[in-house]
Parts: sequence; C-alpha cells; structure tokens
Amino acid sequence: MKKILAAATAALVLSMTAPAFAADIMVEGAWARASAKMARAGAAFLTIKNMGGADKLVAAKADISKKVELHTHIKDGDIMRMRKVEGGIAVPAKGMAMLKPGGDHVMFMGLTKQLKEGEMFPLTLVFEKAGEVKVHVKIGKAGAMGGMKHDMKSMKH
Amino acid sequence: MSDEQNSGNNPGTVTKAAIAITALAVVVFIGWSQFRQAGTNSHDVLETRTPVKISIGGPFTLTDHTGKQVSDTDYRGRLMLIFFGYTFCPDVCPTELNTIAEAMDILGAEKGKRIQPLFISIDPNRDTPEVMAEYVAQFHPSITGLTGTDDEIAQLAQSFRTYYARAESSEGGEDYTVDHSATTFLMGPDGKFQTTFSYGTTPEAMAAGLDKFINSNS
Repeated sequence: MKKILAAATAALVLSMTAPAFAADIMVEGAWARASAKMARAGAAFLTIKNMGGADKLVAAKADISKKVELHTHIKDGDIMRMRKVEGGIAVPAKGMAMLKPGGDHVMFMGLTKQLKEGEMFPLTLVFEKAGEVKVHVKIGKAGAMGGMKHDMKSMKH
Repeated sequence: MSDEQNSGNNPGTVTKAAIAITALAVVVFIGWSQFRQAGTNSHDVLETRTPVKISIGGPFTLTDHTGKQVSDTDYRGRLMLIFFGYTFCPDVCPTELNTIAEAMDILGAEKGKRIQPLFISIDPNRDTPEVMAEYVAQFHPSITGLTGTDDEIAQLAQSFRTYYARAESSEGGEDYTVDHSATTFLMGPDGKFQTTFSYGTTPEAMAAGLDKFINSNS
C-alpha cells in the first residue's frame, strides 16, 4: 500500500512540475505574477518548443478568470500598446515561441481568484495542430521577471 | 638626397602650388568650422530627446493611496521618481515598478530617503485609492500611489507630455486596456525636471542614475 501511495505521489508531483507534451509540442516554465486581492487582470508567461511542423497557439483556457486571451505588446516609441493577438501565436517548425514580459503573454481578464505567490493553477493551451496542452502555472511575486529565479525579495513583506 | 630641386622645373612653381594648396586648405577649414558652429547654435538641441525649450512637469494636487490629498510641493526636498501606469496593466507596470523597487533596494535605506517613487494612475476610473494601496504594497514600501479625477490626471499627464489613451477591448465594458508611455521621470528636490529613464532600463542602471542625481543635488 505504502509503495503504491509513494509511487502515486511521485507521479503526481512529476506531472505537476515536468514539461507538458502533446504530439510535437512541449510547453515548459509556465509562470504568472501574483495579483492583489482587488486585481482584475493578470498574465502568464511560458516557453513553447516545437519538435514537429509549424503550429499555432490559438487559444487558452483557465478557470481563474472570466476571460482568457492571447495578448502582445506593441512598442510605439515610448508608448506601450497591449493588443489581442489575432490569428494566434506562431510556433515555427522545429522552433520555439517565448511568451515573456514585454511581449506575447496569456492575459486573464476579470480574475475570479487571487493569484497568490507560491501557489499554482492549471492552464490549458490550445494549438491548431497539436490540440490541447495542459500546464501548471507557478505563481511568483508581483514584480517577478521570470519563473525560474528564486527571489529573496519575496521575503520582504 | 643631394638633389633638392625638381629637375628641369622652375622652383617657384612648386612653392606657389604649395602656398595655393595651403591657402585652399585654410579656407576649407574655416568654412567647415563656421558651418559646424552655425549648425550647433541654431537649434540648441540637447543630447537628450527633450528640446530645451519645452518644460516637463508641473504642479499637481492628487489623492494618495491612503486617501489623503497631496500636492507636488509636499515632495520638495526629495527627488520624485514618477511612473504613469494603471493596475489593470498585467505586464509593463509590474515590470517597471519592480525595476523601481529593485533600484531602491540597491540604493539602500539612507540614499533611498532622498527619492520619492510615485506611481500615478492614468486610469483613475478603476484605480481608487484602495486599489492603489493594495497594488503598490506588492512592490516596495517607498512607492506612493496617486490617483485623482479624470481632469486632474489629464492635466498632469499633459504637463509631463506623457501619452495615455483608452483602447477599447473587443467586448468593451470594464475590461479595457490603456495605451501609455512607459517612461519614468526624475524630478529634482525643487520639483523641476531632471531626467528620464526609458522603459527597459535595468534596476542597476536606474540605481546608478538615481545615485548620480542624488549627488548632484546635494
């Protein structure tokens, strides 16, 4: 019994932290910034690696907000304009797409849940060819610039 | 070595040519330096992007995140570090406020006292003092959030010549985003404009810049 439990736990932990696959698409390092209690919007960032033919990220689904969209930033001089991505985010054949601060990102509008640092939430990415890929998004601090760093400043408050 | 004369030529020709070439060179040099000077004097354009004739910044009276009414004169003696943004902004504003927070940490507590970071909302419709208080607390205790009426914000943004405009989302309603300048402004202890930090400036570069202006304003 103990062995089964141990194996099950290991499998669960592994599934939550390992990269997610679907056909030729691998998604890794999904992270989001913590949000304030009254916050209405949030964003998630991640890396998509494509080991097959050209594909496109066309949608995203999550139950932490009323709307989930794909957005990008257009830098127009010193003005930052955020826009919905029409037609999806291209993931080139045998290439990658990076959703990161200042560029493409998954946008959550009408947050129904506070994103708390240290917690995780599920996110489903929908690809044109590869179909759905489910990932677990790690929540970092409000001003985090990446998902991998361990930030001492999270201890501040 | 021994022959210093051009064979067969009149020595005067060489000398005349040398004088003519030198004279020409002198004329060209004078002309060029005059032209260069004329260019510099006529525009008074500084190395920065801001032409010297246009003023940046101005007086303001807004509401801080504790609900208190404040004016720019309340911050005299400290250098105001001003960033215009809004809380619905999920990317650019957290990035810039994080840069400011890390820059303040690099500066340290002592020098940090000379700086007053201000996060001014260009979306006062949604950014009430309560929302601002919760928001700035996520980044750094030194950051004060300011909000106000649409008119107060419009007037202030105009005095800083900083752009902002609502971009209606596809569905409209309360989920609109606001396009805005992402430049951070540094004002001196007298409230007058000193410099800007462009979006993308690293915390280290900002801290170094702040340090420099703290020293030059001591």
